Amino acid sequence: MWEYTDKVKDHFLNPRNVGEIENPDGIAEVGSLACGDALKLTFKLDGNKRIKDAKFKTFGCASAIASSSALTEIIKGMTVDEALKVSNQDIAQYLGGLPDEKMHCSVLGKQALEKAVENYRGAPAMEAGATIICECFGVTDMEIEQAIRENNLATVEDVTNYTKAGGGCGGCHEAIAQIIERVKAEPKADTKPRLTNLQKIRMIEETIDREIRPSLRQDGGDVDIIDIIGNRVLVATRGACATCKAADITLKHFVEHRLRELVSPDITVEEVSK
Amino acid sequence: MKPVYFDNNATTQVAPEVLDAMLPYFRDLYGNPSSMHSFGGQVGQKIRAARAQVAALLGALPEEIVFTSCGTESDNSAIRSALTTRPEKKHIVISRVEHPAIRALCSHLSLQGYKITELPVDKSGNLDLENLEKNLTPDTAIVSLMWGNNETGVIFPVEAAARLAHEKDILFHTDAVQATGKIPINMKNNVIDMLSISGHKLHAPKGIGVLYVRRGTKFSPFLIGGHQEKERRGGTENTPGIIGLGKACELAAQNMDKENTSVKRLRDKLESELLNKIPQSRVNGDVQNRLPNTTNISFEYVEGEAILLMMNELDICASSGSACTSGSLQPSHVLRAMGVPFTMAHGSIRFSLSVYNTEEEVDFVIEKMPAIIERLREMSPFWKESEQACRKQ
Repeated sequence: MWEYTDKVKDHFLNPRNVGEIENPDGIAEVGSLACGDALKLTFKLDGNKRIKDAKFKTFGCASAIASSSALTEIIKGMTVDEALKVSNQDIAQYLGGLPDEKMHCSVLGKQALEKAVENYRGAPAMEAGATIICECFGVTDMEIEQAIRENNLATVEDVTNYTKAGGGCGGCHEAIAQIIERVKAEPKADTKPRLTNLQKIRMIEETIDREIRPSLRQDGGDVDIIDIIGNRVLVATRGACATCKAADITLKHFVEHRLRELVSPDITVEEVSK
Repeated sequence: MKPVYFDNNATTQVAPEVLDAMLPYFRDLYGNPSSMHSFGGQVGQKIRAARAQVAALLGALPEEIVFTSCGTESDNSAIRSALTTRPEKKHIVISRVEHPAIRALCSHLSLQGYKITELPVDKSGNLDLENLEKNLTPDTAIVSLMWGNNETGVIFPVEAAARLAHEKDILFHTDAVQATGKIPINMKNNVIDMLSISGHKLHAPKGIGVLYVRRGTKFSPFLIGGHQEKERRGGTENTPGIIGLGKACELAAQNMDKENTSVKRLRDKLESELLNKIPQSRVNGDVQNRLPNTTNISFEYVEGEAILLMMNELDICASSGSACTSGSLQPSHVLRAMGVPFTMAHGSIRFSLSVYNTEEEVDFVIEKMPAIIERLREMSPFWKESEQACRKQ
C-alpha cells in the first residue's frame, strides 16, 4: 500500500473543483487512458486577468486525483504568469509530499497547466522536433528534458518516477540516460508534441466507433482497441473477424486506411493475440 | 469493526482450529523433531501426522510431501530440480499468465542461457493444449503451468497438459497455490510430477508451503543442508507451521463442498449484482472454467487504485490489476495476456472470497460499490462522452 499523506487522502476523498467550466478561457487535456492517468483542466479569468475559477476531471489513481485537486486550489487567484511559475514540486509540497513512484502525477498537473495557458494565449501548443522516447507511455524527449531540469533528476529511475518514461518495456533506458547527460551539459528550451495522446486516442476511438465498427458489424465482426503506443494502434478482432482469414487484409486496407485518412497519416494498425 | 475481507487470493485468515493446533508448538513443545530425546521426538510424530493430512487432501502418499517455506520456494525448487536432474536440456515451457514466482525465475534463467517459451492464452484466459504440444521439443526439460489463476481464477487443464508432456518424456510441474482446497485434486488420477502449495492461501499461516514430488521422480534439493525432509529440503522444520498446515488441509477437505456451493453462490451473487447495477462493467476470464471463489471485474473509465482506496474507506478489502497498484506502471500481465482493452484493464478489481465470508458482507459490497464507481466516473474526463455514446445506441 502506498504511504499517502493525510493531505493526499483528503484531496482524493474530498476533491476540490471537480468538473468542467463552460466557455473556459483556457483548456487542456494531458495523459491518456492507455497510460492509466489523464487530466482535463479548464480555467476562467476575472476582470483583473486573475484565475477566478479552475476545474478538473481526472482519470487515475488517488495521487493523480489529489494532484489535480491541489493544482486547481493553488492557481486560483493567480495571474497566468504567476500560475506558470507553479512547478510540479509545488503541487507535491502542497500535498505534503508524494511517494517517489507517484511524482509523475504532479508532473501531469504541471503539464496540464502549461497547456491550458498556451491554449488561453493562443500560442502554438507545440513546437516541432519533439520525438517519442518512451513508446510504452508516449513520453517525448522534451517532456523528459523538462522533468530533468525542473526536478534535478539524475538517474533513469528518477525519470521513470517523474514521467513514467522507461517504466514499460525498458527499451528506452539507454536513450533516457543520454538525455540526462545532454541536459546536464547544456539545457535547452522546452517544446511540446503535436497531437496530445489524449486527443489522438479520442480521435482513434471515435473514428473506430463511427466509421469502422458499423461496417464490421454488418459482417458479424468487431474490433477492440487494446492499446495505443505512439502511432501504433493495437487491436483485437472479435466475432466473425477473429476467425476470418481475410481479417489481416481488413485491418490493413480498411481499418488502417480509415485511421490514416481521418486521424494521422503515421498510424499503423496491428493485431494482438486472438 | 471487522473488515469485509474479499482478498482471499492474496492471503487468508488463519483458521481458529489451525491456530489452536499450532500454539502448543510455540509454547511448550519446542523440541527439535530430529532430536534423540522424546521431548523432541514427540514433535516428529506430529509432523508425520501433518504430512499424512496434507497427503490426504491431495490423494498423495505422505512420502511425496516436502515441506518448504512458501509457494515461491516450492516453485523455484521444482524448476531448478528439473534443470539439475536433466542437465542436457535447456528449454522450459510456461504460460504468459504464470505467477511471478515462475515468470521472474524463468526470466532470470533465460539470462543463464535457458530458452523460455511463454504460451499465450485466449481472451478468456484459457490455454490451447494443441499449442502446448507444438512447443514441446526434445530439448524441453519441464513444463510449468498454474492450476488456477490467482487474478482471474481461470483453471488450466493441467492433468491433460501433464499427459502431453509425459508422452515426450518431459517433466510437468503445476503451481496449485490457488487451486488447492478450492477444487478437488487427486494425484492418483494424474501424472503431474510436482505441485506447489502455499499454506497461507488455505487458512494456514504465512511461512509454510509444500512441494509435492511424485514417488520415483528424480529430485535435486534447492536448499542443501541437514537430512530433513529425506534430504530434499535442508533446514530445521517449521514445526508450528507444518502442524498448522496439516490441520488446514484437513479443514480444506471438509470445506471443499462448501467452496463449490455456498462460497460459489456468494461469488456469483456478488458478480451478477455488480454487473447488473454498474453499467459498462464486465468479467475478465472464463466465467465457467473458474475457481469458485474468484471474480475479476473491470469497471470502464475508472482506475483501480482509486476504487480500492474508496473501498478502503468502507473497510472493504480487494485487489486490482491496475498499473498504479503494482508500482510497475503497466497493468497486470494476466489481463494484458488476455488482450483486455486498456480502457478496462486499469479499472479491474479482483474479489476473492472464502468460507468465512457471509451473505451480509456480499450485500454490503453490492450496496456500496455502485456509488464508488459513479463518484469516480463523475471525476473521469472519459466518462460523460462514453455514457452519451451508449445512450445513443
